[in-house]
Amino acid sequence: MDSALRRPGAVRKRRALTAAQVRVLRIAGWVLLAVLAVLPLLWVLFFAPTTGKFATSFGSAVHDPKDFLITVLNSVTAAGLYFVVASGFTLIFGLMRVVNMAHGVFFLLGGYVALRLQRDMVGGGSSFGLQSSQVNLTHWIVPALAGTAIVAASGLVMQQLVLRWTQGQDLRQALITIAISIILADQMLAHFGGIAEDIAWPRNFDTFTNVHVSGVIYTTTRLVILGIAIGIGLLLWVWLKRTRTGMVIRAGVDDRAMVSALGINIQLTFAIAFVVGSALAGLGGVIGGSFASLAPGVDANWLLYSLVVVIIGGMGSLGGAAIGALLLGFTSNFSAAYLPANYTYYSIIFTFVLVAFVLAVRPLGLFGRPA
Amino acid sequence: MIQTRAITPDRVVAVAALVLAVSAPLYVSSYWVGQLLTQMLFLGIAAASMIFLSAYGGMVSLAQISIYGIAGFVLGNATTNGNTKGLNLGWSPWWGIVVGIAIAVGMALLFGGLANRSVGIYFLMITLTYSVIANLFFGQVTDVSGFGGISGIPAPGAIGPVDAHTNRLYYVALVVALAVYALLRYLVRTPFGLTLQGVRDDPVRMASLGYNVPLHRTIAFAFAGFIAAIGGVLFVWWNGHIDPASIDLGATIDLLVIAVVGGLYRLEGAWVGALFFVIINNYSQRIGFIGPRFHTLIGAIFLVIVLVSPGGLVGLWEQVLKLFSGRRRGPLDRNPIELGQAEPSV
Repeated sequence: MDSALRRPGAVRKRRALTAAQVRVLRIAGWVLLAVLAVLPLLWVLFFAPTTGKFATSFGSAVHDPKDFLITVLNSVTAAGLYFVVASGFTLIFGLMRVVNMAHGVFFLLGGYVALRLQRDMVGGGSSFGLQSSQVNLTHWIVPALAGTAIVAASGLVMQQLVLRWTQGQDLRQALITIAISIILADQMLAHFGGIAEDIAWPRNFDTFTNVHVSGVIYTTTRLVILGIAIGIGLLLWVWLKRTRTGMVIRAGVDDRAMVSALGINIQLTFAIAFVVGSALAGLGGVIGGSFASLAPGVDANWLLYSLVVVIIGGMGSLGGAAIGALLLGFTSNFSAAYLPANYTYYSIIFTFVLVAFVLAVRPLGLFGRPA
Repeated sequence: MIQTRAITPDRVVAVAALVLAVSAPLYVSSYWVGQLLTQMLFLGIAAASMIFLSAYGGMVSLAQISIYGIAGFVLGNATTNGNTKGLNLGWSPWWGIVVGIAIAVGMALLFGGLANRSVGIYFLMITLTYSVIANLFFGQVTDVSGFGGISGIPAPGAIGPVDAHTNRLYYVALVVALAVYALLRYLVRTPFGLTLQGVRDDPVRMASLGYNVPLHRTIAFAFAGFIAAIGGVLFVWWNGHIDPASIDLGATIDLLVIAVVGGLYRLEGAWVGALFFVIINNYSQRIGFIGPRFHTLIGAIFLVIVLVSPGGLVGLWEQVLKLFSGRRRGPLDRNPIELGQAEPSV
């Protein structure tokens, strides 16, 4: 053992790079950035063909501005929903260093609670579920609030019962939330079944809106999602920047021990942050369940979106979550729409490339700071 | 921790376990050998790769099941011939192993290279992202798999049709599992393994001593990927079929459950946890009030283990030994779940 310690492994000393090597590396980095960012942009704007081996569905933006604009709107509205879900995740993580692996399951729980309440309120519906024509605004808003509230309460119970007593052991807390997500996901499978269902939008939203640009007529529901997301973003921003609780939370993100030493009840702040963060997952589940559908396995996708958004944006940063959500929304929608039609299913690779690129350049995310 | 006595409880149990494992086909049913024990062996190999990273590298990786799956999917694409999804290259099963493991290790190098500057929960989150993306990739890309997966993947002729010769695959898996265990035990005693443990305990100090910390992490990750890929190859031979559900979030978490229930800081825990898992999985349905709710049961067990005995079943065993011998372990006896960023609790 002693001799082994004296001749350490084959991979050892790292020599300092010379100035020339640094320059070469920097140029290589910019070239890579150009390949990853500029070439896709050029492809979408000018070169995407509509015929031949690499035919895309729409062709380039110059060729077909209408579908380009629709894809932009799709990206932004998807980003809105990603932001609602991921901002809760990043809020909890930033303050408490808790990676809430149950976030995806909370999303699903919020959706299912709202779904059941809506069915009960309207009364039945066919085997295909409710039609939007049967649903008025109250039939959507009340279930949405109920789903959000129940998830917020579940989050609070989880935080108070198990997470509070393991504070500071972040890996153990992550494992605890995984255990809870296993149990909750299995119970939801038992109670709500394995068939994909969706929440009906109220009839007021289930229309089309004329955007008045290039003759685009767009679904109102997606614009509603975007509106809710922007509203929530503004509320969170005002809450964090302008109120006392928000100030305590921002201080706690930077230095919990100091905040606690100043006589502030940090446990109360933790509880508030956990309630708000879980509520956002629940609300996201209601919106996501109206926009797409609810089924076992959907929770994994939304956990992935939350992880990707906070890994890109930087953990614990609200602005980072917004930027991360936009990048994810644009990457996933544009790669699905502008890859050659025979290859659109490769779009998932672009999500990976996005994560990989950000990690390679900034391991803590675009807006991340060291803990 | 220097063992002076030749006969320790650990060694007695190890020899007994080995004898039982070798002689198992003589007295248990072929269902047990073919289903439970073989499954225990390859799940244990995959879990061992996770425990190796956690115990000696300080990295809890959730990407092991995706590496395992990549090896399995490549093997499936390379060796099937005609009647299933995928590329149907029709190569010999032996080439399939080489290519499958090589590509899986290559992906592990890439994954590890991208995550090598992250530790603790950041590493957990990044590797979970890899795992979910790999699952979605194989679900969506119909050229290599698609939703239904690849069926009819042959095992090499010497192992033969697995259903007819359950014992052959069992013994192959047993030998491979022992080899993996021996290899990992050897590796952590090499200069590389010792440096890796230094990196786990204090990366800043190791970096200032001149060691390339990210490179050590990357190599350790790729090596663990190699082990996980071996597990994946055995899984595909055993199952004859692989689909995206084999590597979904549930499977990722199942492997984590195996590693944590077994014990995240000793390699033996991998197979202990795997045996526990397959037995519960197989027999819990017969318990009336549990029925099909296997995951609720395993989730509850997982929760109790994490809360009560973070060292898992192996940790419980060590605590029992400590109770009886009255001796305390040295400072090496540590708890990996409580590692991560040292932060004062408030």
